[in-house]
Amino acid sequence: MIEGAIWRKWVFFYVPMALFLLFLLFPFYWMVITSVRPDGELYRPWNSINYNPFWTWKPTLDHVRYLFEETLFASWLWNTTFIALASTAISLVCGVFAGYALSRLNFPFAGSLGTGIFITYLVPQTLLFIPLAEIIRNYRLGDTPWSLILTYPTFLIPFCTWLMMGYFKAVPKELEECARIDGASRWQAMLYIVIPVAIPGILSAGIFAFTLSWNEFIYALVFLSSPEQKTVPVGVTSELIRGDVFFWGPLMAGALLGSIPVAIAYSLFVEHYVAGLTGSVKG
Amino acid sequence: MAIAETQVYLPQAPRPRLRLLEDERWLAFVLLVPTLVLLGMFIAYPFVRGILLSVSSARVGVPGDFVGLANFYKIFNDGIFRTSAYNTFVYTGVTTVFKLALGLWLAMLLNRNFRGKAFTRAFILLPFIIPTVLSTFAWKWMFDPTFSVLNWLLYHLGLITSRINWLGDPDLAMISIIIVNIWRGVPFFAISLLAGLQTISPELNEAAAIDGAKPWQRFWHVTWPLLLPVTMVVVLFSVIQTFADFQIVYVMTGGGPANATHLFATYAYQIGIGTGILSEGAAIALAMFPILFLVVIIQLLYIRRVEVR
Repeated sequence: MIEGAIWRKWVFFYVPMALFLLFLLFPFYWMVITSVRPDGELYRPWNSINYNPFWTWKPTLDHVRYLFEETLFASWLWNTTFIALASTAISLVCGVFAGYALSRLNFPFAGSLGTGIFITYLVPQTLLFIPLAEIIRNYRLGDTPWSLILTYPTFLIPFCTWLMMGYFKAVPKELEECARIDGASRWQAMLYIVIPVAIPGILSAGIFAFTLSWNEFIYALVFLSSPEQKTVPVGVTSELIRGDVFFWGPLMAGALLGSIPVAIAYSLFVEHYVAGLTGSVKG
Repeated sequence: MAIAETQVYLPQAPRPRLRLLEDERWLAFVLLVPTLVLLGMFIAYPFVRGILLSVSSARVGVPGDFVGLANFYKIFNDGIFRTSAYNTFVYTGVTTVFKLALGLWLAMLLNRNFRGKAFTRAFILLPFIIPTVLSTFAWKWMFDPTFSVLNWLLYHLGLITSRINWLGDPDLAMISIIIVNIWRGVPFFAISLLAGLQTISPELNEAAAIDGAKPWQRFWHVTWPLLLPVTMVVVLFSVIQTFADFQIVYVMTGGGPANATHLFATYAYQIGIGTGILSEGAAIALAMFPILFLVVIIQLLYIRRVEVR
C-alpha cells in the first residue's frame, strides 16, 4: 500500500502508530512501575530534583505482600473468578439454547422475541441498579455471590444469544435434516450435530462474557457490602482507600494483579475474542 | 416382516417427554424458558419496579407513598441534576467524536501489512479488556495533584511552570474524565472498524486510484460509504454505553469537585444509594431512558434497513 519516499512511511505510519501505542499502553506501564516502587520514591513531589519517575533501581514486592497479608485480596480474586465463571456458564447455556431456537425454529412471535432480546442487550446496568438493589434485598440475595451470578446473565445472555444466532444461521439446514433422517430426534440433532459445529462461536461468546463479568462494577458495588464477599474492582475501590488517603502502591499492585487473570484468558483466545467483539456489532 | 419392523422402530421409540420436543413450538418454548425467566426477573420486573419507585416517596427501609410526578418535578428544578444532564451530553458528544476519529485513524493504520501486526492488535485491545475501574485508578494516579507524572512531563518539557491541579478544577476534571473515556473507547472503535475495513475489497480502491482519485478522495468516496453501516452500529453502541457511564467518573472524581462532574448515573448513585432516597435516585436513572430509547429505536430501524437491502 505504501509507496514513495521512506520519510512518508515514517510520517504517515510509524510515528502515528508509535504515538497510539504510547497513549494506549502507558497507563499499564505506570501501573507496573508503581506497584514495584518503594514508598520513599513514590511520594516525591513531581518537581523535586534528580527524580526519574519512569524507572526504579530498588524494586520491591512490599505492596504485593501488603495486599495478600493485610487485605482480603486473595478472597476478592477467588470471588471474582467464581462469579465470572458461574455467570458465564449460565449465560452460555441460556444463550446457546435461545440462539438456536430464534435462528433455526419456526414458532409464533419468533421475530418480536428476537427484537426484545436485542433491546435488553442495549439496556445499561446503570438504568436499573436502584430497583434491582431493592429486589435483590427482597429475594434475600444481598451480600451473596448469587446476587451477581443471577444478575450478570441479564447483560450476558442477550449478547451470547445475538452472537450464537449468527453462528447457527451459518450451519446448513441439510446437515440437521440428514441426522433426522438417520433417526435422531430434534433434541439430539441440536445437541450432537448443530452445537458442535458452532463451537468457535461458543468460545467467542464465553471469553467475551468472562471479560465482561470480570469488568462489571456497579452491581457488585451496590449488592455486596461485607469486605470478604467483594469482587476485585469493588474491593480495591473501597478497602484500599481510607477516607482521603490513597495507598497508591498496593492500589496499583491490586489493579495489576486483578487484571492479570482476565489478560491471560484474553491472550489465550485473542482471535475468538476479536471474533466475538466484531460479531457483536455486526449482528 | 415383524422382526424387520421392530428393528426399524425399536431403537427410536422416544420417551414421551422427548416426543413433545419433536414439536418445533414446544422445543422453542423449552429452549427459551431459562432466558425469559432470567430476563423477566432481573430486567423487565426491575424496570416496572423502577417506574413505581420513581413516583413514590420510598427511602431505604421506608416503603413510601404514591406522590405522582413530584420527584421528577423536584429533580428538574435541581441545579446539580441540570449540571449532570449537561455534563452527560457534553461527555457523550465530545468523546464519541474523538473515539470515532482516532479509532478510524488507528483502524486505517492497522489495515496495512506490517511485521508484528497480530501482536500489535492484541496489545491495542488491552484498555478495553482490563477492568475499567482498575485502569482508571492508574489514570487517577497519573492525574494526582501532587505526584502527577503528567505534570512532571509537562514541566520538564518546559510547557508549565507551576503544577496543574487536574482533578481539583471543574473544567480540567471534566477534560481528564473525557481523556480517560477516549482512551478506553478507541480500541473498541479501532478493532470494530478494522473488521469493517477488511470486508472492503482493495480492488475498489485500486480502481479509483487508476481513475486518478487522490488518497483523500478515495477515502471519502469509496471507503467511508462502504464502512458506514459498521460505523453507525459502533457509534450507537458506544453512545449508549457512554451516556450511561458510571465507573470512570466514580473513580476519577466521585462527581466532584463540588458536584461539577456528575453524570446521570453517578448522581443517581449518590442520591439513591449514597443518601438512601431510592425514589429520587430511581427518577434520576429513569431520566436517561427517553434518550436511550431514542438511540435504540434508531439502531433497530437502521439494522432493519440494512437487512432489507
